[in-house]
Amino acid sequence: MHGIAAWFRHLHETTGINLTIAYDPFDRARFLHGLLVTLELSVITIVGSVLVGLIGAWLQGARLVWTRRIVQVYIQLFRNTPPLVQMFFFYFGLSSVLPTMKNSFGIQEPLVSGFGWACISLIFFAGAFNVEIFRSGIEAIPSSTIEAAEALGYTRLQTYLNVVLPLATRVCLPALTNNLVNLIKTTTLAYAIAVPELLYVSNQIWSDSVNVPEMMVVLLVIYTALVGLLVAAMKAWERALRRPGLGT
Amino acid sequence: MTARVLPVMPPLPKVLRRDAPLPRLRLSLWHGVALAGFVVLTAMAADAATEPAPRAGVLAVLVRWSPLLLRGFGFNILISFMAMAIGTVLGAFLGLGLVSLRRPARALAWVLTEFFRNAPWLVLLFFMIYMLPFRIQIGPLSIALPDWVKAVIGLGLPVMANVAEVMRGAVQSIHPGQWEAAESLGFSRNQQLWQIILPQCIKRMIPPWMNLYAILVMGTTLASIVGVNDVVTLAGQVQAAEGGRTDLLVPLYGYVLLLFFIYCYPIARLTQRLERRYAVRI
Repeated sequence: MHGIAAWFRHLHETTGINLTIAYDPFDRARFLHGLLVTLELSVITIVGSVLVGLIGAWLQGARLVWTRRIVQVYIQLFRNTPPLVQMFFFYFGLSSVLPTMKNSFGIQEPLVSGFGWACISLIFFAGAFNVEIFRSGIEAIPSSTIEAAEALGYTRLQTYLNVVLPLATRVCLPALTNNLVNLIKTTTLAYAIAVPELLYVSNQIWSDSVNVPEMMVVLLVIYTALVGLLVAAMKAWERALRRPGLGT
Repeated sequence: MTARVLPVMPPLPKVLRRDAPLPRLRLSLWHGVALAGFVVLTAMAADAATEPAPRAGVLAVLVRWSPLLLRGFGFNILISFMAMAIGTVLGAFLGLGLVSLRRPARALAWVLTEFFRNAPWLVLLFFMIYMLPFRIQIGPLSIALPDWVKAVIGLGLPVMANVAEVMRGAVQSIHPGQWEAAESLGFSRNQQLWQIILPQCIKRMIPPWMNLYAILVMGTTLASIVGVNDVVTLAGQVQAAEGGRTDLLVPLYGYVLLLFFIYCYPIARLTQRLERRYAVRI
């Protein structure tokens, strides 16, 4: 560890490539924290948006017209407006309407933090796409399969959980992967509402150490790696779920 | 489909198979009415919630600042036009690289496409804002590069990668028989591509291309983060100019949402129409 730090310091002195995150403990600490926040944000929003997608797709098959309509309005509103404006709308607009509460120091603070609003807005944004993706997967299932489940005495929820969902998952995994990749990239928007995620801390670091090019390259490499990891994991899952004879 | 490999179209790298249609836009007029109603309602609610102090009503504020906000929105549109133009031209070249028979060209195009598709738009935008010089000196000619030009370039790059993907997808969607028929008629590879395949592709590329444009329009709001005076920045400034009234925030951002909706709605409708029309014929 010490040797690595010394080497990067040497690199800075000889070539001018200044990677402070490798030898400066303060920069390293905040960079790692930023990475952690990005990971948290990614994991929470991925899980949340998939849940929203599943619930939404189930509600879209409901018998009540109004349930379907409400889900449809939600999808259209969140798909067709810029995610940044959505985030501002939540963070500035809605949080100004919500009450504040006192924290342990007796200071008034908003009910939901910036991180919370970032999670909420990203979950709703990506969730809207997920509903459509799952719905397309569900529609791909032949109605005879569902009728067969019905004939066997499954209830609507049971059919959904045990028959429709396992089959639909296999159909819509490629599209889902694509949307989740998009979601990871969209977590950078939390920068705009001062959530200390990777882009935000990198901005702080390059403002302090004046090493914009180095940090930019580090950022791009890390995001590419994150996306690569997700794609690899989803591909592995896709392979594990593959059943010969189903689909292509 | 048999596993036979056509001599004219080698199989693409496995990774490229991620058939990644862009998120689709599906709008109806009803959504616009709902959004407009929402803005008016929130404006009236915000009015009702505040005691009648000597200050302007929320609707009046929106009307008063409309010219400024609309000009800001026009700037967004301008940025989107220019980024789309740059992205389309570069993306067409990149797309040709993706379907090239030469392995190095295909590999290079693949790396570029995947890189710019997988990097977050905001990070690319920051990259351009900080890495491009503010002035380019070519001999006696010196060209100033203001922030918004850099933003155009930064937005153009991911568009380029997506256009290349769209083009590859279109070329791949052409029935292999077309290549074979052209081959048997004695067309050279270049002639096959330019006279047989690409003319059929253009039609298929238009709907996803327009869809990409709608996504880009929404992406232009990112420019506000890197200091371009677009409609989102202006909305914040209007709120500040009105004395930082918090009751203005919901209607103001709702108004911005409405502007984007009004612009994207006809595009989405047209895309749907074209999609339906082209879906029938092969």
